[in-house]
Amino acid sequence: MKNQQEFIQNFASQFDETDASIFTIETRFKELDEWSSLISLAELNMIAKNYGVKLTPEEMKRSQTLQELYNLILSKKQQ
Amino acid sequence: MDAYIKAISYALPEKIVSNEDLVKEFPEWTVEKIASKIGVVERRIASENETATDLAVKAAEQLFSEYNINKHTIDFVLFCTQSPDYFLPTSACIIQNRLELRKEIGALDYNLGCSGYIYGLSLAKGLISANIAKNILLLTGETYNKSIHHLDKGNRTIFGDAASATLISDKGFAKIGEFSLGTDGSGAENLIVKTGGFRFPNALNDLHYDENGNLISSDYLFMNGEDIFNFTSDAVPVLVDDVLKKNHLKLEKIDLFVFHQANKYMMNYLRKLIGIDNEKFYVYLEKVGNTVSSTIPIAMYHAQKEAKLHGNVLLAGFGVGYSWGGVILKIID
Repeated sequence: MKNQQEFIQNFASQFDETDASIFTIETRFKELDEWSSLISLAELNMIAKNYGVKLTPEEMKRSQTLQELYNLILSKKQQ
Repeated sequence: MDAYIKAISYALPEKIVSNEDLVKEFPEWTVEKIASKIGVVERRIASENETATDLAVKAAEQLFSEYNINKHTIDFVLFCTQSPDYFLPTSACIIQNRLELRKEIGALDYNLGCSGYIYGLSLAKGLISANIAKNILLLTGETYNKSIHHLDKGNRTIFGDAASATLISDKGFAKIGEFSLGTDGSGAENLIVKTGGFRFPNALNDLHYDENGNLISSDYLFMNGEDIFNFTSDAVPVLVDDVLKKNHLKLEKIDLFVFHQANKYMMNYLRKLIGIDNEKFYVYLEKVGNTVSSTIPIAMYHAQKEAKLHGNVLLAGFGVGYSWGGVILKIID
């Protein structure tokens, strides 16, 4: 759970205007007002640096919630 | 001999493209969304018959009149552009003639983008140190909009056309310190206008859209956002660290950071990544956009007008090439 919480925090810290406290594992991140292609690039960079997993923008786009994205990272990590 | 920046000015084309104008063409975007993400409210676009050379001449004339500079003291012209008038001759020769500068002077173009101003300062410092020239007119000028497809909303939103003019001399208000420079040509394909040179002289007419709806064409400006983002976030913190080391300074001893003004989100991302206080991080994007090699001198011009230039000022440019560079200026109060 700690790792999951850490992932949520890392994800939230790429946003400049959205309050970090609104992020949960159920957050549908692409529906956030501030979400943009630039933030998606920052998230991909964060995921590569912190989790050693290189996702494509399309792979990330297929995830709806942070839970789905986190699961994708974990499954890629195991490969 | 030490080299100093003596004066900076710049020039913009007349035509303004506002976010409202862009939203009319791309109704899926909102005015507020462009402004909040990219940090650009309006950008200037060169007219059909207006080139980077024209803008650079205008910037130089502005510099001479604003600071009452005798143009006959200029003994070298450096012009940074990726949008020359011709394959040959070099635009700097045309500029010498247009500005009616002396004939007993050196003049050359060099082809760099967002790192170009830093490289210009390094060349100018070298010319002064070697006693080759004393009053160098460093010009930057770019008209990327001529290379951007009209349906490429991403790049049209970010880039503005502009030119800058800087006088570098053996006296001035900012002593040019030590440089950190970097190059990695493996990134060449990620920010490119592929056709029209001698490798691909003819248009390839391969326009298509990627999975994310981004327009891609070999015949227009292409930017691979993901790779450019990754390059920047890898290279710039290392660059800042290296330029600090070369100048024997710590991050907290820098009074103002003037980075290449890529876009608001990217700049803020780099600021947080490096750990720079917001009030020490100068941003001037709203009225001009990303003007490529002119962003740093334009920002410096406004920082000076706002009396924000003092102490140690760290400049950092990075982009197309890949090419990057940084320097620290010591402001003479």
